[in-house]
Amino acid sequence: MKKLLLGDFAVARGAWEAGVKVAAAYPGTPSTEITEELARYDDVYSEWSPNEKVALEVGIGASIRGARTIVSMKHVGLNVACDPLFTASYTGVNGGLVVAVADDPSVFSSQNEQDTRLTAVSAQVPVLEPSDSREAKDFTKLAFELSEKYDTPVILRITTRVAHSQSLVELCDREEIPVKAYERNIAKYVMMPANARVKHVVVEERTAKLSEDSDNFAINRIEEGSKELGIICAGGVYQYVKEALPEASVLKLGTVWPLPYKLIEKFAKSVKRCIVAEELAPHLETQIKAHGIAVEGKNIFPRCGEFSAKLIREKVLGESVKVEPAAVPARPPVLCAGCPHRGVFYVLSKLKLNVLGDIGCYTLGAVPPLGSMDAVVCMGASIGMAVGFDKADPEAHKHSVAVIGDSTFIHSGITGLIDAVYNKAKVTVVILDNRTTGMTGHQNHPATGKTIKNEPTYELDLAEVCRAVGVSDVVTVDPGDLAATEKAVKAALANEGVSVVIAKKPCALLTKRLYKGFRVNEKCKKCKACLKLGCPAIVNGKEGITIDVSLCTECGLCQGVCKFGAIDGEVK
Amino acid sequence: MDILIVGVGGQGTLLASRVLGKYALDKGYDVKLSEVHGMAQRGGSVMTYVRIGEKISSPIIDEGGADLILAFEKLEALRYAHYLKEGGETLYSTQEIMPMPVVTGAAEYPQGIEAKLKGTGIDALSLALEAGNAKSANAVMLGALCKKMNFDREPFEAALLASIPQKTAEMNKKAFELGYAAV
Repeated sequence: MKKLLLGDFAVARGAWEAGVKVAAAYPGTPSTEITEELARYDDVYSEWSPNEKVALEVGIGASIRGARTIVSMKHVGLNVACDPLFTASYTGVNGGLVVAVADDPSVFSSQNEQDTRLTAVSAQVPVLEPSDSREAKDFTKLAFELSEKYDTPVILRITTRVAHSQSLVELCDREEIPVKAYERNIAKYVMMPANARVKHVVVEERTAKLSEDSDNFAINRIEEGSKELGIICAGGVYQYVKEALPEASVLKLGTVWPLPYKLIEKFAKSVKRCIVAEELAPHLETQIKAHGIAVEGKNIFPRCGEFSAKLIREKVLGESVKVEPAAVPARPPVLCAGCPHRGVFYVLSKLKLNVLGDIGCYTLGAVPPLGSMDAVVCMGASIGMAVGFDKADPEAHKHSVAVIGDSTFIHSGITGLIDAVYNKAKVTVVILDNRTTGMTGHQNHPATGKTIKNEPTYELDLAEVCRAVGVSDVVTVDPGDLAATEKAVKAALANEGVSVVIAKKPCALLTKRLYKGFRVNEKCKKCKACLKLGCPAIVNGKEGITIDVSLCTECGLCQGVCKFGAIDGEVK
Repeated sequence: MDILIVGVGGQGTLLASRVLGKYALDKGYDVKLSEVHGMAQRGGSVMTYVRIGEKISSPIIDEGGADLILAFEKLEALRYAHYLKEGGETLYSTQEIMPMPVVTGAAEYPQGIEAKLKGTGIDALSLALEAGNAKSANAVMLGALCKKMNFDREPFEAALLASIPQKTAEMNKKAFELGYAAV
């Protein structure tokens, strides 16, 4: 049966068809839907782990114990999981272990544009890269086979455009792969120096063997065309090349590490002009050149941003079609109407505080008119950065806070909080507890009290966690109550120690009911106080201030800032 | 056929692309859709590509390559107008959603957009309210699209109804009908 599938869903389907038994992940755009989809299968154990490192450790354990396992994450999540990855490369596997990693060229929803292939080279882990949903499914299955055959974890690298595009996939049945027998094997799985030295040699040999064997892998293939022009490419870029240069010869690589050098050499010799087309880092190009094969690459192509058929025509053929986009106001993403973070950022903005931020929807607190953010770096960084502010400037604690979401706090904020208490920092931490992992599309986490399959489980109490690590000043407020939120933040700033304010209110998108929307009445003085909220539902148009009923979620925050009672509606 | 769907995050552009994809698949075509998830979805400008044909390679539509732009908001229709190919048209909702730079007074919502657009404007918000709720504006636009593109109404409407929660079926059917009749 043929089905239109999202790239992520195709990875999930491939894992399922390959008999996967265990799936673990922390949500991260554009990889989230892989594990969301796997959670729908009853014959696969799946979990949201607190972070990518734990997810991979669960995966390594399941693999050693003999189960085919998939662990999924975004590119920056792989940074968190690097520690186990680099050594899992040494231990190898028992049941096949596939690590699906999604890169984000053009930075649609990330904090950087790093290239997972470079990490894989360092970790000595082979990488497969599919170009559409059909290949995403097929390559996932192949990745399990290679993992077991070569005794290594295998990275399946996708990019946003492959992860979030839908194309046709032929569905197959599930292959029942039993959990393999397990025997203690200290030399293989216990990586202490004596064993690791031996294993490093094995890893080097494995990489060389894979490189040699991959010359004959069917997923590395030459599509003969014009002898004038040859393009070496992989992944989504292959599709752009086929569209832009239908006449060219193409070497389509399915393995992007290690590389099939004999095949590449043969291809390069067969064409007059040989170009490597790859997004982001010149990974293929560098490796190919280091092997003594002359190719072009980043001399014509950019290192930043995603490619397109148009870009390839432009850079390879010199064709340039100039189009003039209309000059119109930008429309950056904003906190949704009814977003519980808005109340907190309104207060932080009003108090003109320095805000050390974190990763989540609330990074949008940096956008005007709220504009309350000083630094955002990576998951969990806000609290550590606030400690750094305090240690560099003894006055900083009086005018700065760390803000971190509930899921992000559990991911890697707790250790920062322990540091703050242990090292006697003076910091205020606001946990923006919207009861979900919001940005990635509402996944459960340990403090929602529900598993990935919505089964009830132990509900982590964030206030108790804070108290347990030694924070005595912990208060919980409703961020919809601006006065209470302001009071709590001010009290925390006055405390000469570690304070935590938990701003607790569910994400506005979790409520699925239909709203009628609030209305502005004749008492409006057009003072524009409500516009400072940066609510997308409040419109300052020709007819004065109005509320867009298609967006309003009746949160009532605007009523809280209006001094004239000019907004009708009842908060339910 | 290359259709670009544009709008403001949260307006339901993903639903529209999925309905189109399902319809084209049922008709036996090759289809590729490309979507935007994550941060850009939060009230930002969003675009989804729908490519339908015998054999599709790239999932994205280049500037100057779209046969039709389906726009859920007027300013967004103008923002992406340069994606249209010669002779291409825009089917747009006349709804205006103020982007934050306009709300804060840093920019003005452009005037006279409709004169710059080649195609058909639909008052999707009013029709959606008539159907029962502002949220059904995407079903209004799909009804209009169905008529505009001469799609087979029955399977196209069925693709919509298969993609939405059952309890909103009546409202969406009505919205679809109103959109269909508006072209």
